[in-house]
Formats: sequence, C-alpha cells, structure tokens
Amino acid sequence: MKKNLTTVEFHGTKEQEEKLLAVIAEYKGVKGSMMPILQKAQDIYGYLPIEVQRIIARETGAPIEEIYGITTFYSQFKLNPTGQVAISVCLGTACYVKGSGDILDEISSQLGLPVGSTTKDGKYSLDATRCIGACGLAPVLTVNGEVYGRLKTDDVKTILAKYRD
Amino acid sequence: MIRSHVLICGGTGCTSSGSMAVREALQKELEAKGLTEEIKIVTTGCFGLCALGPVMIVYPDGTFYSMVKPEDVAEIVEEHLLKGRPVARLEYHEKSGDHHIPTSLSETQFYKKQHRVALRNCGVINPEDINEYIAVDGYRALGKVLTEMTPDEVIQTMLDSGLRGRGGAGFPTGLKWKFASGNRGKVQKYVCCNADEGDPGAFMDRSILEGDPHAVLEAMAIAGYAIGSDQGYIYVRAEYPIAIHRLEIAIKQAHELGLLGKDIFGTGFDFDVQLRFGAGAFVCGEETALMTSIEGNRGEPRPRPPFPAVKGLFAQPTILNNVETYANIPQIILKGAQWFASMGSEKSKGTKVFALGGKITNTGLIEIPMGTSLREIIYDIGGGVPNGKKLKAVQTGGPSGGCIPASLIDTPVDYESLAAIGSIIGSGGMIVMDEDNCMVDIAKFFLEFTVDESCGKCTACRVGTRRLLELLDKVISGNGELEDLDKMEQLAMYIKTNSLCGLGQTAPNPVLSTLKYFRDEYIAHIVDKKCPAHVCKKLVRYKIVEDKCRGCTKCARNCPVNAISGAVKQVHTIDQQKCIKCGACMSGCAFKAIVKE
Repeated sequence: MKKNLTTVEFHGTKEQEEKLLAVIAEYKGVKGSMMPILQKAQDIYGYLPIEVQRIIARETGAPIEEIYGITTFYSQFKLNPTGQVAISVCLGTACYVKGSGDILDEISSQLGLPVGSTTKDGKYSLDATRCIGACGLAPVLTVNGEVYGRLKTDDVKTILAKYRD
Repeated sequence: MIRSHVLICGGTGCTSSGSMAVREALQKELEAKGLTEEIKIVTTGCFGLCALGPVMIVYPDGTFYSMVKPEDVAEIVEEHLLKGRPVARLEYHEKSGDHHIPTSLSETQFYKKQHRVALRNCGVINPEDINEYIAVDGYRALGKVLTEMTPDEVIQTMLDSGLRGRGGAGFPTGLKWKFASGNRGKVQKYVCCNADEGDPGAFMDRSILEGDPHAVLEAMAIAGYAIGSDQGYIYVRAEYPIAIHRLEIAIKQAHELGLLGKDIFGTGFDFDVQLRFGAGAFVCGEETALMTSIEGNRGEPRPRPPFPAVKGLFAQPTILNNVETYANIPQIILKGAQWFASMGSEKSKGTKVFALGGKITNTGLIEIPMGTSLREIIYDIGGGVPNGKKLKAVQTGGPSGGCIPASLIDTPVDYESLAAIGSIIGSGGMIVMDEDNCMVDIAKFFLEFTVDESCGKCTACRVGTRRLLELLDKVISGNGELEDLDKMEQLAMYIKTNSLCGLGQTAPNPVLSTLKYFRDEYIAHIVDKKCPAHVCKKLVRYKIVEDKCRGCTKCARNCPVNAISGAVKQVHTIDQQKCIKCGACMSGCAFKAIVKE
C-alpha cells in the first residue's frame, strides 16, 4: 500500500519520549519485539514519524531502513496524523464533472496543503475520496464526517472559516 | 439462591447493536426490584444470530429474545422474571414458514441442523470466568494428556480423528504435529495460533476467541505437550479488541490456577502463551508470513521447503494451527478420535463453522457437519433468499475461493467436493448472491482486494494480479474483446502456478470460477455492452418510460450534469452522452418512470 511521507512537523514531548524509552526497555532481549514496540509507540504519539522511528532505531540497534520497511508495510501504522479538521473531497464522477477537482485545488491552495497530507501544525488534513453516494448534492466534501453539498469554489473560504478556531 | 440466569451476548455483533446498554439497563432494573440475589446476568460470547442482535436468553425456560432494546428491559423484568410470563412481542419468531415462536433455541430452523463442536461454549459460558469453562469439562483434556497419554499417543489420536486445518488449506493436523515431533526436549520449538482472520466476511475465529478463549489455550498446551514445546504465540488481529481483551484475561486466570506456566498439574510440563498483534496485512494469514511478522519484520512469506515443522518461527521447528482447529482439539481428546471421525464425510471429518452472509434471511454464524449440502445450508438453516429474489451463486473461501452457481447447490460442503467445482472451504466465509449481483463485478471486488493486499515480494502476484484487474476493468467498462477472456484465463493460470504463497496461488480463483460458470455474463458485457444485473455503471443506461412520465421536471432538476431535458408536462429524455449514471433521477422519481437497462 502506497503511503505519503510525513508532512507534519514533529512535536514530540519529553514525556512521550520517556514513555517510549520505557516501552523499549521493557522489551529488551525479547525476541521479535519490533511490532509491539511500534504499536505502543503509535499509541504514545498517535502516528509514527521518522523522528520516532529514529529513536527506536537508536535504542534497539535495528537499522532505520528496516524499521521504515515495517512501518510502511502494515496498513495500521500511520506516517501522518489525521488532522483535527479532516477534510475529504469527493472525486466520484458526479462530483468531478461538477467541479470538485477545482474545489480540491482551491482548498489545497488556501491551506497550502498537498492532497493526502496534513498541515504542519496537525490542524488540517486533506484527502480525495471515492464516491460517497451524495451525487444529487454534487459536488460534495465532508469535514469530520459532516457533508457540505452543491459547492462552488467561493464556498471554500466560508467553510474553512467555520473550523478556523 | 439464583433461580434464573439471563444470558446476554457480548460478541462483537451484538455489542455493536447495543447489547452492553441492555445489560446495564437490566442490571439497574434488577437492583431497583431487589432481584440481584435471585437472577444472575451472564455476558456470553456469540450466539450466531448476529443479524438479530442484541440477543438474550432467559433460563431455566430458555426463552429467546431478539433485538432487545434498553427500554424493553423493564417489561421483561416485570412480566417475565417476576410474573413468569415471557414477553411474546420480543420473542424470536421464525422468519420463514408459519412464523411461530420456537420452544427453545435448539428447535429453531437456524439451529436445528447445526452441530456445535468448535462453537459449543459460545453463547453458553461467560468467557471472562475460567470457572465456567472448567465447569463444562474445561482443562480436563489437558489433564488427561499430561497424566494418561504419551505425546505420541496424542499425535496418534489427532491422526485417527481425521481433523484437518480449518484455516483454509485443510492439511491434516495430526500429520503437521508428527512432522514437528522429532527431538523432543532437545530443541526449542514453538506452538503458534493463527488468529489473523482477514477474509472479508468471515468472523468465526473472532467469535471463538470472544466466546471460548480457554479452549484455544488448552489446545495449544496439548499441542505443546505433543511436539515438545514450552512456548506458544497467538497472532491476533489488532482490529479485534474484545477478543484480545478476553485472551488477556484468560491467560492471566489460567496462570493463577496453574493451568499455564511452570509444572502444569504437577507433571513437570511447562507451557506459556504470549500474544502478538497483527497490524493490518492480509498476507500475514499465510503461515510463513505470519511467522516473519511475529519475528518483528515485514510480513512477507518465504519459500517452502523448509516447512515450519522443520524451520519455522525464529528458525526453530514450529506448528501453526488456526483458532477453529484448536477449538476442536480438547473435545477430540475427551470424546475420542472415533467420535470426531464419525461426523462429516469420508475425507472431511467433523464439523465446520461458516459465516453466512449476503442475500440470505438468517445471516450469522453456523456450524454444520462436513458434507451438509449447500441447499440445506441456504434454505433450511439460512431461511433462503429474501425479497422473493432468485439465488444466483454462493461464494465460498473469500478472495481465495470461487463462485458456485445455483445449479450446483446440491454439492456437499467438504474439502474435496468444493475443490472439484473450483472453489474452496477456506476459512469459512459463505456469501449468498441473488440475481441483482453481477458476477463480473464480484470477481473485480475480490481481485481489487488481493491487488491491495499483495505483499509485493514475487512478480507473479504483484504484477500478475494488477494486469488481471486491468483486463477485468476493460470488460466492465464495455471495452472488452472476446479474446480478453482467453488472456485472462492464461494469465490466471500463470499467477496460480508461479506465485510464492497461498495468497497469489489462489488470487485468480474468483475470476476463474466466474469465467467458468458465468461466462455468458462476461460475454454480455463484451458483445452486447450490457450488464445483465444492472450493476456495472458504465454499461447501465437510464431510460425514461414514456407512458409513465408526467413531465414533473423533478429528474431534470435533480440531474447534476443537466443531462435530462423536456418541457413541463411533456415526456422527458436523457442525453446518454451527458449522463454519468449517478442514479439521482431514478431515486427521485415519484412515478417510477425511470428504469435501468
């Protein structure tokens, strides 16, 4: 499965790192411990950015490329956190011909955020989805599951403003 | 003095439909009425009738309530538990026939033909209390093998029983154990349990782990004794939180009673079990990939031989069995190999659990003797196809299996018979399809799944499945040519014979079996440019029926691409060039004047 590289700036805290070190210490000498360590690291940080993978590499002695190979193999491991404001724009046929591609570009440029990634502060994430079955309302997007339909590019500003704070 | 037990299902299905809220309401109501000393609530594992959840059984009378809501609880307590009058409106009614209320659960159409061995404790005991498992002969089989049998006798019993792997491949369990039994006590060996149930639509392993976790632990310890291993691993999906929680409780309780750990039953036999969580990779259900994953690596399969019995987990001799396989073992030890071998068909002994789903009245989990016909499963147990639709096909074995046409519905369900008609038992998913399902589309659905889940190690699977999907897409979008069908068959055979592991070797099965039995549907897509089931969007045409259209203009207003034209009170028309087949016109039409063809 293809994964996007981490785009969010890393803001790990001292406490998080201490927790992670405790987990690694707990698994010291246990055979096949990389998966449980990565799973617990994701519990601590919410995702597995390269910085966290580096800590694990340093502490366990495992090569970073091996760890990176594991985190990108399993669909459960996330390289990007989902934003607090998760935006999905429908790129199903009905929405697309009604201009959802333009809507997507507009959001992307207003937030300065490539599709399929998360803003550096972790506030916004932007995805393109398959048809969500709201063709009668085309073009549509969802923000944290709430559906907005019959959109024009002018509406993007108003919608984003609602979630600014 | 407890005079009544109320069993509430705590499986994933019923929990999702709110069974824990029902339990809480019941607990409060019993406290309010001062009945907590007389009536005991037991949270059990899965009953099987997941579509009717939350389900509840009241003993001693055995009244079976389905789709219970928290607001029904007061009435059940007042009428049934206090006055002894079951609440008829909540009782389970037969879905077919005369809709009567069965006298007990085992009398229902759904349960009557079932024979519960692996599921025997699911929905019966509280899985979070080891004493309830012990009360139904739990850990007696382990005691018996440790005190009365030699390891070789245990293996011989498994061989005699004819038990075969329930995870898909159907390899004889006893033989697997025998291969790993050399050099007992001299080399480190491992006993693994495959609980990485990944087939879309199969959930029997989850139900066993949630409903009877100790049976799996006990069987793993028996396997450990048989091959000479002191360490077990259960590789369980991280997506099964309830199962993981109950396994953790079960391991802890077994330790406290000395049923796991050092010197079990004072016999000097040590055995321990650790949990490992999968991280969402379908290929990890393959045995060598699973072991690679437990070792902490990318879960890619490795070539066999060497087989795991020789060189498995951490390069040591290892046996890996599936959850359902293990759930059979304690009973085989207690009741004997002959008892088990007396069930089922000639080469497929015992029972098998299936997850019955799709276009069928009674969806849920069933366990039947091997050799039961598809007809009995679909019509007698499953209650047939709902809404008066015609049965078209049954899909077994998930992405590795095939589609069995309605004409072969009298086929007995066992390893050999299903293999002979191009499908497999697999892990036990059974999806019923009616005339509204397009078989080409179904083939594409499963193939998309395997393309997504192919680990990428070998070319045949990584590239082959993608090319196969492109050919399918070509057919589905109306651009196919007849020679594409031959190309697909050739490519499918190439993928089957050249892939490294079971995932690739079986990935083309959904395509091959639909090509074999539903070739006319493929031809309709290619030659007539039509999808007979009206599923494949690019081949569907929406049409306005002239004498039904009143010219209300609603469809024209609903159309997102302005493909519909017509004046008020005049018959409208759809511009097929502009139409994107979203269906908004048809779903909005009050006069049913728009049809698909």
